[in-house]
Amino acid sequence: MSGNGNGSRYVGQRLRRKEDPPLITGKGVYTDDMTLPGMLYAAFVRSPESHARITSIETSAAAARDGIHAVLTAEDLDLAAGMPMAWVPPGVEINTPEHWPLARGEVKHVGQAVGVVLGEDKYAVVDATEDVVVEYDPLPVVVDPEAALEDGSPLVHEQFGTNRTHQWGLGSEDMDVAWQEADIVIERRIVNHRVHGAPIEPRACLAEYRAGYLTLWSTTQIPHLTRSFLAGSMQMSEDRIRVVAPDVGGAFGTKLNHYPEEAVACAAARRLGRPVKWTETRSEHMTTTTHGRDQIDRVKMGLKRDGTITGLHIDVLADLGAYYQLLTPIIPCFTAFVASGCYKIPRVRTDITGVFTNKFPTDATRGAGRPEATHVVEVMVEQAAAEIGIAPVDIRRKNFIPKEDFPAEVAVGVVYDSGDYHGTLDKLLEKIDFDELERERSELRERGIYRGIGYSTYMEICGLAPSRIVGPHGVGIQGGFWESAIVRVHPSGSVTVFTGTSPHGQGLDTSMAQIAADRPGTTPDVVEVIHGDTNTGPYGMGTYGSRSLAVGGESVARAAEKVQDKAKRIVAHMLEAAPEDIEVAGGKFTVRGSPDKGMTLAEVSGAAYIPENLPDGMEPGLEETTLYDPEHPAGSTSCATSLSTTAGRRSTPC
Amino acid sequence: MIPAEFDYVAPETLDEAIRALADGGEDAKLLAGGHSLLPLMKLRLAAPALLVDLRRVPDLAGVRANGDIRIGAMTTHSALVRANAGLASVAAATIADQQVRNRGTIGGSLAHGDPASDLPAVVLAAEGTIVARGPGGEREIAAAEFFRDYLETTLAPDEIITEIRMPGTEGWSFGYEKFNRRREDWAMVAVCALVRIESGACADARIGLTHMGSTPLRATAAEAALRGQPLEAGAIAAAAEQAAEGTSPPADLNASADYKRHLARVLCRRALERAAG
Ligand SMILES: Cc1cc2nc3c(=O)[nH]c(=O)nc-3n(C[C@H](O)[C@H](O)[C@H](O)COP(=O)(O)OP(=O)(O)OC[C@H]3O[C@@H](n4cnc5c(N)ncnc54)[C@H](O)[C@@H]3O)c2cc1C
Repeated sequence: MSGNGNGSRYVGQRLRRKEDPPLITGKGVYTDDMTLPGMLYAAFVRSPESHARITSIETSAAAARDGIHAVLTAEDLDLAAGMPMAWVPPGVEINTPEHWPLARGEVKHVGQAVGVVLGEDKYAVVDATEDVVVEYDPLPVVVDPEAALEDGSPLVHEQFGTNRTHQWGLGSEDMDVAWQEADIVIERRIVNHRVHGAPIEPRACLAEYRAGYLTLWSTTQIPHLTRSFLAGSMQMSEDRIRVVAPDVGGAFGTKLNHYPEEAVACAAARRLGRPVKWTETRSEHMTTTTHGRDQIDRVKMGLKRDGTITGLHIDVLADLGAYYQLLTPIIPCFTAFVASGCYKIPRVRTDITGVFTNKFPTDATRGAGRPEATHVVEVMVEQAAAEIGIAPVDIRRKNFIPKEDFPAEVAVGVVYDSGDYHGTLDKLLEKIDFDELERERSELRERGIYRGIGYSTYMEICGLAPSRIVGPHGVGIQGGFWESAIVRVHPSGSVTVFTGTSPHGQGLDTSMAQIAADRPGTTPDVVEVIHGDTNTGPYGMGTYGSRSLAVGGESVARAAEKVQDKAKRIVAHMLEAAPEDIEVAGGKFTVRGSPDKGMTLAEVSGAAYIPENLPDGMEPGLEETTLYDPEHPAGSTSCATSLSTTAGRRSTPC
Repeated sequence: MIPAEFDYVAPETLDEAIRALADGGEDAKLLAGGHSLLPLMKLRLAAPALLVDLRRVPDLAGVRANGDIRIGAMTTHSALVRANAGLASVAAATIADQQVRNRGTIGGSLAHGDPASDLPAVVLAAEGTIVARGPGGEREIAAAEFFRDYLETTLAPDEIITEIRMPGTEGWSFGYEKFNRRREDWAMVAVCALVRIESGACADARIGLTHMGSTPLRATAAEAALRGQPLEAGAIAAAAEQAAEGTSPPADLNASADYKRHLARVLCRRALERAAG
C-alpha cells in the first residue's frame, strides 16, 4: 500500500481517533437524536406467544386514546414484498417462508410484531399498545432443533411438511478413507449455544415520505442495500429513496439486515404523510434483533497414534429460528469454509442441516459461522491430544500447515494465501510461561481452587470476496462484494473521502483519512470521511465481515493513488519535468533531484480547478472514484493465538 | 423499558410523605433509590399511579454506631459501606456495582423483600428491628417478624421505614460469604455468620441465609450445633454441614436446589472460619 515508493507517513501510525471528540462529548447524532416536524412515534404490539394463530386484533380502544394517530396491522401496509433473504444457492433446495414485517395470520416466535401504534408522544404509544387486544389460538411449539427434526414434531411452517430448511455440504467426498487411515477416531457432540450481539446502541429508525421522496435514517450497517430493498417493497424508483446511517453505536453484525421495523416505518410514513420514528428498547433488542450461533455440531476426527490428523467431519445442525433474515441460512456455511483451521488435514467435510424452530432468526453475529468452526476444531484438537496422550502444543505443531506450503489449498477447497502458524505459536510461547502456569495450577489445586489453562489458534476468512466466487453463480449470495470510494480534493487542497462502507464505531474515519492523506501528500486532519448516506457517495456494500478496511480501505487507497497520478502529471506539466520524476515527500510534490522545486497539494488542486494550464486533454478538477473487487477469496487470512486463564475464583466450591 | 404513566410527588417532611402515601391509596408507592422499583415499572410488572419520593425528607439517611447500630432508611449502600459498621457494611459492599450502591438504600432493600438481596439476611441474623411510621404512629418490627414471603413483608402499605436498628456487636465477630457468577450479580446463595467467642468456644452463633427460600432464613440447626463448641475446624465443619437443614430453596436459572444447599454448607463453613479468625 505504499504509493509508488513515495513512503507512507500516516498509515501505520497510532493516531487519536478523529471521530471521537463529538462522540464522547455527547455531540454525536444518532438516529434517536433526530426529530422532524410533525413526527410520530411508533411502538409495536408484539406476540407473547411462540406459535399461535391470530384469531382477532381489536385496535379501536388503542386508536381512541388521546394523542394516538393510527394503529396499523399487516393489511394496512402497502408493501409489495416481505423481508429479503439474499441466499439463492445454485443447486440447493431451500424452504423459504414468506416473512412479512407485521404478522399475517400466525405468529411464530415471541416478539414477532403484529401491529404498530403511531402517536405524538413516545410514552403514550407504548401505553396504547396495551389496549390493542390480540386474540391468539396457541399452536404446538418446538424450540429444540433436534426435537424439531423428529417425526411428529410440531411444524413451524406447515406448508413445507418438515422443519428442515435445507442441506448443504462442502469438502471431501471420501471421508471413509480418512477413518480407514486413522488409528483412532474420536467423536464429540459440541453445542454452540445461541448468543446475542448486544451493541451499546439498540436499533432505531426514522422515516420521512415527502412529495414522492422517501428518506430513512437508520442504525444500519448497509444503507445502500437497504435502499435497494425498499425500492422493491415500496415499489419506488431507487433514485427517490435516500437511506442514511448517521452515527451508529456498534452492531456486531446485528445491524447487517433490513428489519421489519424499517419497512413498517417507511410504509406508515407514506400512508400517514408524517415522519415516523421508532426506537428499540433493550428488551425488544434482546428478543427481536439478530441472534447468533445456535449450532449443535456432531464432530468426528480421525488421527494416527502420533497425532497426525487424517480427517475431520462436522455435521452441523443449525437452528435458524422461525424465519429468515438477510443471510440466515448461509451463516453456517461459513463454518464449512474455515473448518480446516490452521491445519493440514487431508480430508475435511462439513454437512449442514438447517432447521426451523419457534425462536427468533439467527444471522450474522460476531464472526458469523467462523468462530463456530474455530471452536469445533480447537476443542477437537485438545480432546484428541488428551485422548492420545500428547501435549496440546505438540499436536498443533504436528498438524499446522507449514510456512513453505503457502499458498496452500486445504481440503475444503479454499486457498490460504499466506501464514506462519509455527511462528505465531512460537511468539505465544515466548510471551506466556506455560510451565509457570502449570506449576501455579498444581499449587492452587491443593488449596481447592481449580484453574484452567487454554489457548487457541484460528484462521478466518475476512472481507468476503470476490463477487465472482461469493456471488449469485458461486456461493449464491445475491450481491456484489466490491467496495467503492471517491477521493475528492477541494480547490483549497483539503480532501473529502466518500466510502461505500458504513462504519459504526470502528474508527474508520481515522484509518481511511490516514490512507487517503498519504498519497496526495496531505495530513489526516484535513481529510473528511463521509459514509453511510446513499445521497452523497457511490453505491457501496456496507460494513460487515471484517471487510471495511480490507476492501473499503483498499478502495480508498486506489482512488487516492489515481489522485496522486493526476496530481503528478499536473505538477510535471507545470514544472516542466517528467511525471515519473515527481515525488511526494514532506507534504509536497517535488521533482526528483531538485527538492526546492515543488508544489503543495493546494497549489496542485488550485491549478486543477482553474484549468488555465493543464496537460493537453486533461479534465479539470481533482477527484477520482474506485470500485474495487478483490481477487482473492480470502481477502486476508490470519492466524492469532491467545491465552485465556480462568482462575476459578470460586467456581467449584468444595 | 418505558413505564406506564404515573404521578410524582417529592414531599419535604416525613408527615407530608405519610399523608401523600395514605392519600394515594392502593396505587401509591414510595420511591427510594429506585433500583428495584423502577426496573419493575419499566418492565411493566408494576404500574403505580403515584410515586412518593423520599429523597427530600430530612433525617432519613445516616449511620450511628453508639452501642447499638442505627441506620437511616434512606442510607445508600455506599454510605453504609463508608460507615464501616461491621457486617452490614461488609455485606453492602458486595451489592451490585458502584452505580447501584450509590442509589440503592437499605430501607428500599428491606421493604422490597427480595430473598436474593444481601441486607435482609444480615438484619435478620443480627436480630435487628425495623422502625416504621404510618398514620397510626411508629412501631418497631423485629426482623424475624418482618419478612413474610417472596417480595412480601409485614409492613403496611401506608407505612414508611425510617430506621433499621441492630444490637451492638461488641464481643461478636462475623463473616460474610456470597457466591455469584459475576462480581456484580445477586447472590446465588450468601451466608452471614455472627459468633460470640468466650475463651475459645462459641458462646453464641447467628447465621443468616440469603436466597435459600422465599424469605431470608436463619440456619438454626447449624447455630445450635455450634453453640458451646470450640471454634476450630472440626466443629465448624460439622456445624456447617447443617446449614441447609430445613430449607427448600427454589431452583433458578443459575442453580438447582441441591446446588444451593451445597453452596449454603460450603459458604457457611467459610463464613464461620472467617468469623473464627
Ligand atoms: C443491576 C442491579 C443489581 C443489583 N444487585 C443487587 C445485589 O447484588 N444485592 C442486593 O441486595 N441488591 C441488589 N440490587 C438491588 C438494589 O440494592 C436496590 O437498590 C435495593 O434492593 C432497593 O433499594 P432502593 O432504594 O433502590 O428501593 P426502591 O427501588 O426505590 O424501592 C423498592 C421498594 O421498596 C419500597 N420502599 C423504598 N423505601 C422505602 C421505605 N423507606 N419504606 C417503605 N418502603 C420503601 C418501594 O416502595 C419499593 O416497593 C441490584 C439492583 C440492580 C438494578
